Amino acid sequence: MNTFQAQAAILIIMIPLMSSYAVPLIGWRWKGSAYFIALLAIAASLVCSLILLSSVLTQGTIHYHLGGWLPPWGIEYVIDPLNGFMGVVVCIISFLVTLSSKKSVEKELPEKKVRFYTIYLLLFTGLMGIVVTGDVFNLYVFLEIAALTAYTLIAIGKEEAPLASFKYIIMGTIGACFYLLGVGYLYMVTGSLNIADLAQLLPPLYRSKVVLTAMAFFVIGLSIKIGLFPLHVWLPDAYTSAPSAVSAFIGPLMTKVGCYVMIRVMFTVFKPYFSIELIPVTTILSWIAAVAMIVGSIFAIVQSDLKRMLSYSIVAQIGYIVLGVGLANRAGLTGALLHILNETFTIGCLFSVAGAIVYKLGTSDIYQFSNLFKRMPLTMAAFLMGAFSMVGIPPTCGFFSKLYLILGSIEARQWVFVAVILISTLLNVIYFFKVIEIAYFKPRQLATEKEKEILKVVYANGGTYEEIVKEAAPIGMNEVPLSMLIPILIMAAGILISGIFYFDIIAGVIQFAIPSSI
Amino acid sequence: MVDYVISKYNYWIYIVLMMIGFYGMMGKRNLMKKLIGMNIFQTAIILFFISIGVKKGGTLPVFMEGATRAADYVNPLPHVLMLTAIVVLVSTTGVALAVLLMIYRRYKTLEENEILRSIR
Repeated sequence: MNTFQAQAAILIIMIPLMSSYAVPLIGWRWKGSAYFIALLAIAASLVCSLILLSSVLTQGTIHYHLGGWLPPWGIEYVIDPLNGFMGVVVCIISFLVTLSSKKSVEKELPEKKVRFYTIYLLLFTGLMGIVVTGDVFNLYVFLEIAALTAYTLIAIGKEEAPLASFKYIIMGTIGACFYLLGVGYLYMVTGSLNIADLAQLLPPLYRSKVVLTAMAFFVIGLSIKIGLFPLHVWLPDAYTSAPSAVSAFIGPLMTKVGCYVMIRVMFTVFKPYFSIELIPVTTILSWIAAVAMIVGSIFAIVQSDLKRMLSYSIVAQIGYIVLGVGLANRAGLTGALLHILNETFTIGCLFSVAGAIVYKLGTSDIYQFSNLFKRMPLTMAAFLMGAFSMVGIPPTCGFFSKLYLILGSIEARQWVFVAVILISTLLNVIYFFKVIEIAYFKPRQLATEKEKEILKVVYANGGTYEEIVKEAAPIGMNEVPLSMLIPILIMAAGILISGIFYFDIIAGVIQFAIPSSI
Repeated sequence: MVDYVISKYNYWIYIVLMMIGFYGMMGKRNLMKKLIGMNIFQTAIILFFISIGVKKGGTLPVFMEGATRAADYVNPLPHVLMLTAIVVLVSTTGVALAVLLMIYRRYKTLEENEILRSIR
């Protein structure tokens, strides 16, 4: 292993962290540089994460000891196939979303550009830190870095954003504090904070009430963080009112990284035997997840705002992932991990499309979307791809992840969950095709005073409604700038490619990422 | 029963404080009171961590004559962890106060009911 490879685990965090300090320093003089520094830093992290994943897969788990202190005393970064995989997924989506953010940030937050990218990079640092760290307390710190920066980024959004952000602060703090309490309870009985060390020390203590309480705190705290159904109340408001670039960044990543922490706690810190057989955490979680899938989809159907609809859709998708975790067999977990990959691409793509629509139309109200397919054909093609993946039409990735979830349910003999997955899929069809119907078939309504005037004159001359519409609002192609369009199309292609090569992804990465004792 | 409560009074205080904070966050309608509740909640957790590091008869975690066994010292690690948690607490409060300022400038009130009424 050469020097660079050995340092990649720390560089993946240090590069964005240091760049976030460089952004205000350099951006103070050259405002335009902020975007490029952010992009370069995330690109560098992406390179590091790819190197890490490839060396994990060929040479086994990587350990990086901060400051040379050996675990369990020092903080240790551990990269195994699971978080190697997560790191690459987070980096790719962050890179693409950042690439597309330039124009939308310039339009929505013109004078806050430099400060925006400073905090943006810190958020990315927090997310990567959660992924690479091998220490439960260090994980808490990164969790709070990611959360604090997310609160800030959400609060700079439109109208109700500060209120939504405050609600998120209250809920997010409860979640993080419960996680911290869980860490404290584990520390009380084991005296260790290192994940690998905890995994060795805990098994003799599994019947202790302190350990059971710790598990309860972990699960509840993380459920708040990922927005699992009854605890999701902060999520739709926060993601809807955030600036488009922020919701495209936070939407796909925050909750998925939370899911990763949940998998880590349930199957690495605790042995699967504890989470599955000793106390029925996984069973309870999978039932809650089933409710989340149905309720999230039903809420999504009744929304008239695209971003809010997608936010409720996230609630439902979290249900799919947690169900896969809750089934706790190989097929279910494969489905969950494949769904994490699929969801980050799909939600990232859909939220970027929503950002592009807001950029062009100035609104995300679904009923204003008429003729959008003619005006923005490429963007809407990407939207279609995202919708197909969300519904689960082959060969998009969504089909295969749902297939694995169904296989997992069958393997666990839980027929109810098979039915729930199918029903939830049908509900997905309803709310996506509502958007597609309006954007493809519905003619444009004439609403303004000027247009009504024209209407009267043309009617008097014996014209028809269609002619008037053509007259008043000629429909031409009016695509978003290339810097927005290309990342959206890459994400849409990613959905398709990860669907076509799903078997290679499972055989090459995911099968190693699943804990061996399941 | 009384003995049981008194022997573990640090945990009882932590739970009572945490529940006061929790009530403040969930039950109060004033956003500033919610924030104060959040602070009490986090402080309770700090108290919990500090108290798990303490030993009866333990001395400062500095090497000195006469105390040669690890059992003679209090455990400094939870205290150090709490330094970090205090930083997190302070920055969360800072962000929350800034957001409250934004809310106040926008709606001229911090009462949740009045804000919700003015939105509709």
